[in-house]
Amino acid sequence: MIARVRSIAREAGIPRLLIAAFVVVLFSVAAATHMNLGSLITDSIVRVARNGVLVLALLPAIQGGLGLNFGLPIGIICGLIGCVFSLNANVGGVSGVLLASAIGTGLAVPAGIAYGWLLNRTRGQEMMVGTYLGFAIVSGMSIFWLLAPFTNPTLVWAIGGKGLRTTLSLGGIYDKVLDRWLSFTVAGVTVPTGALLAFFAICFLVWWFFRTRMGISIAAARGNSRFARAAGISDERTRIQASVLTTVLAAIGIVIYSQSYGFVQLYTAPLLMAFPAIACILIGGATVTRATITNVLVGTFLFQAILTVALPVTSQVIEGDISETARLIIQNGMILYALTRTGGRRG
Amino acid sequence: MKHLSRHAVPILFAALCLFGIIAAKITPAFLLSEMLVRVGRNSVLVLSLLIPILAGLGLNFGIVIGAMAGQVAAILIVHWGGHGILGFAEAWLIATPVAIVFGLATGWLFNRAKGREMVTGLIAGFFANGAYQLVFLFAIGSIIPFHNPGMVLPQGYGLRNTVDLTTIQYAVDDLIPAHIRMEGSELRVPIASFVVVVIFCLATLAFFRTRLGQQLRAMGQDPHVAAIAGIPVERNRVIATVLSTVLAAWGQLLFLQNIGTLNTYNSHEQVGMFAIAALLVSGATVSKATVGQAILGTVLFHTLFVVSPLAGKALAGDAQIGEFFRVFVAYAVITVALVLHAWQAARVEREAAKL
Repeated sequence: MIARVRSIAREAGIPRLLIAAFVVVLFSVAAATHMNLGSLITDSIVRVARNGVLVLALLPAIQGGLGLNFGLPIGIICGLIGCVFSLNANVGGVSGVLLASAIGTGLAVPAGIAYGWLLNRTRGQEMMVGTYLGFAIVSGMSIFWLLAPFTNPTLVWAIGGKGLRTTLSLGGIYDKVLDRWLSFTVAGVTVPTGALLAFFAICFLVWWFFRTRMGISIAAARGNSRFARAAGISDERTRIQASVLTTVLAAIGIVIYSQSYGFVQLYTAPLLMAFPAIACILIGGATVTRATITNVLVGTFLFQAILTVALPVTSQVIEGDISETARLIIQNGMILYALTRTGGRRG
Repeated sequence: MKHLSRHAVPILFAALCLFGIIAAKITPAFLLSEMLVRVGRNSVLVLSLLIPILAGLGLNFGIVIGAMAGQVAAILIVHWGGHGILGFAEAWLIATPVAIVFGLATGWLFNRAKGREMVTGLIAGFFANGAYQLVFLFAIGSIIPFHNPGMVLPQGYGLRNTVDLTTIQYAVDDLIPAHIRMEGSELRVPIASFVVVVIFCLATLAFFRTRLGQQLRAMGQDPHVAAIAGIPVERNRVIATVLSTVLAAWGQLLFLQNIGTLNTYNSHEQVGMFAIAALLVSGATVSKATVGQAILGTVLFHTLFVVSPLAGKALAGDAQIGEFFRVFVAYAVITVALVLHAWQAARVEREAAKL
């Protein structure tokens, strides 16, 4: 019996069990204190759909042997440029989301190739290089947002007439178009059908991709680069493919995030976006060298549920917002745990 | 030519500073006054990075945790009413054991994440920031008995956003009071702070020559050979981290006594990034840095820091651009150094694999 419990614990991972228990406790407290459970669950689901693709974007990088992609902001920036162009052209509705994603993808492919090329030359330090490359690009782009020659009065600062605003409202353009599509309410829980469908569809595509010839060779090269080379797979090439895929997914991910959030956030907003996404996939049970779609789904749900429920529940006990502090501790504690695990150590 | 390329980074950076100085028409007097203050208060933080680099741990992004230890001491000193140079000395004394404990924890983490010390240090800093918030925003005044209406928020727990450090402000800077008149304004010359910086420079140099310092150097060159030679590698790595953390705590206190206010929840956040960027602009690398480079880098980086917003205003009519630019430069410098380091390491590995 004890041995069985232990094997289940090992299978699921102790941090994941702890966090799952924490989610259960939070929801129980919410139920016991007669809080509106329906709206809490609604918010959790909305946030899963909002953040899901950004978390999914990490999967190809891990599977391709690049480690945790702290350079996620590189793809995010591509997606944001797509958003700004679609807004500037005033394309609304689903076509606006598609246009933003298309422009984002178009930029993310060359960006991903360049990023992958750089990571091939900095093997062993991919995570550190990714982190600081992301930081540098986000801060460099801040200058671009300020100087970019956009003139659409809804986008630029009212005073002075130049420089993009820090947050661009999507109200009336494509605010929540995916979230609202086919959405329905059951027992007080509103399901954002369109956004969930989009997320699941992209998950399915990625799942399917890793069963194609190209996907299998990416995962094989991660496993053993010498063996892969003997089988005629160049791991330099597969690593670039993985990097392109992760960057493209990040670009699409931020478009879906923005439409659900209702605002496009520019300047320093993308700076730290990689960290919560990485915490999600790790909570789901991924390691630095291995990740599955299940890890993405479970992790995103657990972490986003905590973030959603922690604030209203804890604010009943104490004044002030402890959820941001809790987020910092859980998120970075989880990443530290993954980095220091002996099993995840590189050769 | 080879000589020039070795110094390409600081030369390029100096040219950038010079361009900014000319564009913004900055007077030498203004620049000198800013530099006197900034070099005095930032150098020790930059020096704290040298020992882990020597030991092959790379850039210690975990000095943020040392800075937090310094801030814990500053908060306690204000609470207990310490003032002047004695209060400052007490702060250093209190900060030391706290920083040692933090350094031991960080060193233990680094040993569990060999080859990933830098990213681990960065994330450990973020994690420690969460723990710091938990203690000072929520636990203090509720779980920890700490009742000081001047420091605690009106709700009865949690520290205010700023802690007034006027009681220890300029404690070191004015220990040897010196003022010069320049262009009609009084200019404070923090002689004692410079003495402290020089002492730390000499102490670091002396440390490099000790037995432990030589062991760390051997570890930095090749950890496997060092281990075979009987050097206790894991233990020494922890010691190097502890020394770095303690120096960072002292450096942060030196910084705070000049500033005079502690932004309880923000003062430590940028410490790692700015210290590391400052060291790297001198041409130091992830695996090699000298005391001279630490000082040169501090001067160059802070010159850009002062010049950049003014140049942005003069050239583009917007100081904001200059502010974004200096943050960009800080990140870009770190990125380039990391890329060059990893590039070289990967090439060495490839050549070793060929043999």
